[in-house]
Amino acid sequence: MVDPLVIAGRTFTSRLVVGTGKYSSHAVMKAAHEASGTEMVTVAVRRVDLAAKGAGALLEWIDTSHIFILPNTAGCYTADDAVRTARLGREAGLSNWVKLEVIGDQETLFPDTEALIAATHTLVKDGFVVLPYTNDDPIVARKLEDAGAAAVMPLGAPIGSGLGIQNANNLQIIKERAGVPVIVDAGVGTASDAAVAMELGADGVLMNTAIAGASDPPLMAAAMKAAVFAGRLAFLAGRIERRRYATASSPTSGLVTTARRSG
Amino acid sequence: MLNGEPTDLPGPMTIAALLERLGIDGRMVAVEYNLTIIKRARYAETTIEPDAEIEIVAFVGGG
Repeated sequence: MVDPLVIAGRTFTSRLVVGTGKYSSHAVMKAAHEASGTEMVTVAVRRVDLAAKGAGALLEWIDTSHIFILPNTAGCYTADDAVRTARLGREAGLSNWVKLEVIGDQETLFPDTEALIAATHTLVKDGFVVLPYTNDDPIVARKLEDAGAAAVMPLGAPIGSGLGIQNANNLQIIKERAGVPVIVDAGVGTASDAAVAMELGADGVLMNTAIAGASDPPLMAAAMKAAVFAGRLAFLAGRIERRRYATASSPTSGLVTTARRSG
Repeated sequence: MLNGEPTDLPGPMTIAALLERLGIDGRMVAVEYNLTIIKRARYAETTIEPDAEIEIVAFVGGG
């Protein structure tokens, strides 16, 4: 990538963060990760299935020499559960980073922003680097930043919906006012959605289902890599103003014309 | 209680012994004992008391 993404002092050359869920196999996941060029992947923290062998086997399929592990608190509906899960993730993992989720509703999976802000305060005080999954509300984004979040991660659309960027204006406002990186998290369906997020100025995009649920996950991962790269370049290049009417691209003088004869 | 299930152990044992009994690699999991996280270095010296609540968690796929 042309310019690196820096979060809490850690530098990433890739601006694409991907998940590890919903893949048909660990091998497909690994191939998708490689094709995506990602340097950070999310994982969930769950009770070990005591009836099955191979606890922690997921990590054997992630090349941690160049991929950073970001544990999440997915599935937590209270600040207390999210904090507890974050601490377990820190113990099981290799870092003090957390993708903080506090979910408010099972059907929409929208965040409970009040509990999210409270949990961010608690975890920042406990020494965590907190990356909260939030809604596309600029005021909540500011409060999360004030609470010490290392980045804010507003949704583009509901988790797993594939609807693309639903409120481009809000995301742009969040980015313009944020003093920390803005990662658009959730809602991406296909490559153009990721490109749109990046063109709006997002510092990165996080996705899981769009890649894992594609018919060919490694191929979609490659598409996402290209889209995030293209979107970033377009943002840096500075797009033209939108106009309602045409402006000619070719000179309007020196045209070869047939003289009109009178009479 | 082990991961939310009532579990009987054959006798007194440490967290380290429990993990070995379950065939779990201690480097891949985190263990909570009565709501307190136990550091890996203390697995061998933490003896499980009767009626203890133990959670053993690991990373799984997620977004």
